[in-house]
Amino acid sequence: MTIRLSVHRVILWTLLLVFALWFLAPLYVMLVTSLKDAEQLRAGNLLSLPTDPTLYAWLKAWGSACTGVQCEGLQPFFWNSVQMVVPAVLISTFIGALNGYVLSKWRFRGSELLFAFMLFGVFMPMQVVLLPMSQVLGWLGLASSIWGLILVHVLAGIPTTTLFFRNYYVGLPDELIKAAQLDGATFWQIFWLIVVPLSTPIIVVTLIWQFTNIWNDFLYGVVFSDSGSMPITVGLNNLANTSGVVKEYNVEMAAALIAALPTLIIYIVAGKFFLRGLTAGAVKG
Amino acid sequence: MFGSPKSKATVWLPKLVVAPSFLLSLLFIYGLMVWNGYLSFTDSRILPSYNFIGLDNYQALWVNERFHVAMRNLLVFGVLFIGGSMALGVLLAIMLDQKIRAEGVLRTIYLYPMAISFIVTGTAWKWMLNPGMGLEHLMHQWGFENFSFGWLVDPRMAIYCVVIAGIWQCAGFVMALFLAALRGIDDSIIKAAQVDGASLPRIYWSIILPSLGPVFFSTLIVVSHLAIKSFDLVMALTAGGPGFATDLPATFMYAHAFTRGQIGLGAASAMVMLAVVAAIVVPYLYSELRSKR
Amino acid sequence: MGALSIKQIHKSFTSGTQVLKGIDLEIEAGEFLILVGPSGCGKSTLLNMIAGLDAPTSGRIFIGERDVTDLPSKDRDIAMVFQSYALYPNMTVARNIAFGLEIRKIPKAEREAAVQRVAQMLQIGHLLDRKPGQLSGGQRQRVAMGRALARDPVLFLFDEPLSNLDAKLRVEMRAEIKLLHQRTRTTTVYVTHDQVEAMTLGDRIAVMKDGCVQQFGTPAQIYRRPANRFVAAFIGSPAMNMVDATRVGDNLTAHGVALDLDAQQAYAVRHHAHSELVFGLRPENLGFAATGLPGVLTMIEPTGPESYATVDTAIGSLTARVPGLLNAQVGERVCVRWEAADAHLFDRQSGQRLGH
Repeated sequence: MTIRLSVHRVILWTLLLVFALWFLAPLYVMLVTSLKDAEQLRAGNLLSLPTDPTLYAWLKAWGSACTGVQCEGLQPFFWNSVQMVVPAVLISTFIGALNGYVLSKWRFRGSELLFAFMLFGVFMPMQVVLLPMSQVLGWLGLASSIWGLILVHVLAGIPTTTLFFRNYYVGLPDELIKAAQLDGATFWQIFWLIVVPLSTPIIVVTLIWQFTNIWNDFLYGVVFSDSGSMPITVGLNNLANTSGVVKEYNVEMAAALIAALPTLIIYIVAGKFFLRGLTAGAVKG
Repeated sequence: MFGSPKSKATVWLPKLVVAPSFLLSLLFIYGLMVWNGYLSFTDSRILPSYNFIGLDNYQALWVNERFHVAMRNLLVFGVLFIGGSMALGVLLAIMLDQKIRAEGVLRTIYLYPMAISFIVTGTAWKWMLNPGMGLEHLMHQWGFENFSFGWLVDPRMAIYCVVIAGIWQCAGFVMALFLAALRGIDDSIIKAAQVDGASLPRIYWSIILPSLGPVFFSTLIVVSHLAIKSFDLVMALTAGGPGFATDLPATFMYAHAFTRGQIGLGAASAMVMLAVVAAIVVPYLYSELRSKR
Repeated sequence: MGALSIKQIHKSFTSGTQVLKGIDLEIEAGEFLILVGPSGCGKSTLLNMIAGLDAPTSGRIFIGERDVTDLPSKDRDIAMVFQSYALYPNMTVARNIAFGLEIRKIPKAEREAAVQRVAQMLQIGHLLDRKPGQLSGGQRQRVAMGRALARDPVLFLFDEPLSNLDAKLRVEMRAEIKLLHQRTRTTTVYVTHDQVEAMTLGDRIAVMKDGCVQQFGTPAQIYRRPANRFVAAFIGSPAMNMVDATRVGDNLTAHGVALDLDAQQAYAVRHHAHSELVFGLRPENLGFAATGLPGVLTMIEPTGPESYATVDTAIGSLTARVPGLLNAQVGERVCVRWEAADAHLFDRQSGQRLGH
């Protein structure tokens, strides 16, 4: 559509820029705040650049800030998150792929109904499983452990990953499967030799989606972990809410950035796939 | 395929493959839900007990002032957050649809908040809206001596801070979905309208937006469900405070079930949340799946 | 028992719709069977059952002496070429061709030999290292056939393989398929909705409609003696001219015009139970002459080697097919004539053919 009136364009661009600034503001604020020391914090304001940038806040946030009782910074929690996220993402993605494959190419009576029930799990408020789940984890001996968190994230993630793969595989021509059957391939051979090699886009989308959601999760983290298995989001929240003598906002900002970096980097690098995940999830196929 | 003669293995293999994860998943969702429901009918306090007390917990919720605040906040927050995110998202989408050269960059900027945790968002906005050192201080330094922004610690206004931070996080998501939908509209319809002499706003209002009905609806559902689950954001931004002025059912549930030793009450509040969500989502899912037949 | 025997196949969906209503067909080894008919006639469903991709509600299917009705596809020793070719996008052409052999654990050397043999036959040797995405439509077609050939099965199945090609390519590939069949002499079942393909490729044709076989015979039989009105109209282009005619006394008249009949036709008409009939004439059997049925030319369609002329006559609008270009103008008065023996007679109600 071509718009002739340049006044319209000017207004348009102004609005767009204003909003862009509004969206960027917190990121900018976090960054500049994290590079200041206590003096500069007092002297300056939200938007002022550090007069003498320092990495003090970052180092403290990483290694020595207090998060409740411990004062080891975010480092241990960062690694907890990594240990939690990697297996959870891989396992839930793999299970989603298998389920999607069966639901789209090997439908059986009742499979659609089962899928519909499972789909509700995507929308359900997780508050409703927290209490019983902590019991279950306790029985399994996984309470307050990283494996407990992994289990919860996998179970909670299966409906979403299944949805992604199923919708994608529905787009794979059925004739491809028929041809493979005629060639004599078995269920597994078709999966590994034909379907999986064609799944690269959706695998990437799912991995990114799961990584982002599991890394950013707080609810499960705060309910199912203790100080030894706490993921970084919980650590960050503790750090920011610990009422010490003086609140060190620069350390808080640095800590927030540390927590945000992994998913932000993925977003910047592979934003296209992130977007596909969003649209795949919300606009059901 | 469905209906073809199969060797014995092929008949049960697919079922076998999905069975474990299906079963576990369904147990996780429905089994635990039922269990939680049961807990809500018991007198559990710090530890779960299985003494049935009927609807006592629900009655307690009904008269619990904090729960009232939480539900009222849910309504206020819900309407403003959903309305604000949808409005801003649609606006951004329409603006970006105008063949802007920097569209890619702008899209990335509007959407990045969805990539970070609500905790990070809450922490950042808590600093920005900090009465002494944040926005207020900035305004003072810029010369607006009388500017005051104590919303964050004002029991009546704190919830609006949560709304602002929430919209900031989610508007980009609405924008992304609507932009994709706008892109999917057939160009020739718009050209026909232009030839017919319709002005741009008219085209949007009478032709484009109405055809986006389904997208609007499904986005509304997803954003609503985000609103109801809002827990992380509140915990980071206000921790439910000041007092419990920004409590939402999600934080109410967590507080009672895990820190105040009132498992029965917490479980009941979770069931209430479930009911609210189900009332919105179930009809939607049902109609979606029906129309796919 | 022939190379392929289909006995009393019925197929109904759970909703109650009957898709196949009792199909009986048998062909000998090396024959090329065509299943042709309009959309929805059940030809693809029948093919899927022969392939083992769908199961009949009742009836049996025999390949050679074996009852394969309950066997899964991979045990039937058949190969299929799909309408969309269904080539594996992530594999090279060579691997696509050899995939079936790979699954059956044929040793590598034999697989390579098979690929080479097939590539030679179809002249796709230079494409072996490419992926399907890099091939043109015609090339993909050949690779799909190559995949079927490499398996050296007892039965070939083709599901409208030429539908996705443009007209010119279609004619070329049709010839290639025919040549290939002459070389390999593998029993083939070929589904198409194009009656030209049916006539040129088939040893025997099964014309289908609404889940039944309307007629099963050689192209010549189907063309010269269509069993009913549907087959008569379906095969042959332009379609046969159909005129409603009525027996009056010992004669056949249409719109007051008496139609000449030869002895056999007259006999059949006289002894037929009903008097409401349909008189059919193929366009090539109509010609222009000085005398005959008068009419007015309403349309002339020259195709190069011949012309189709539509003439408005007393008995209706008739299309004639004449060689070369027509030396006449639209609006001219002409006379149309035909040999009585060339006519086809059908019962108007049942559509069945009268007489021999």
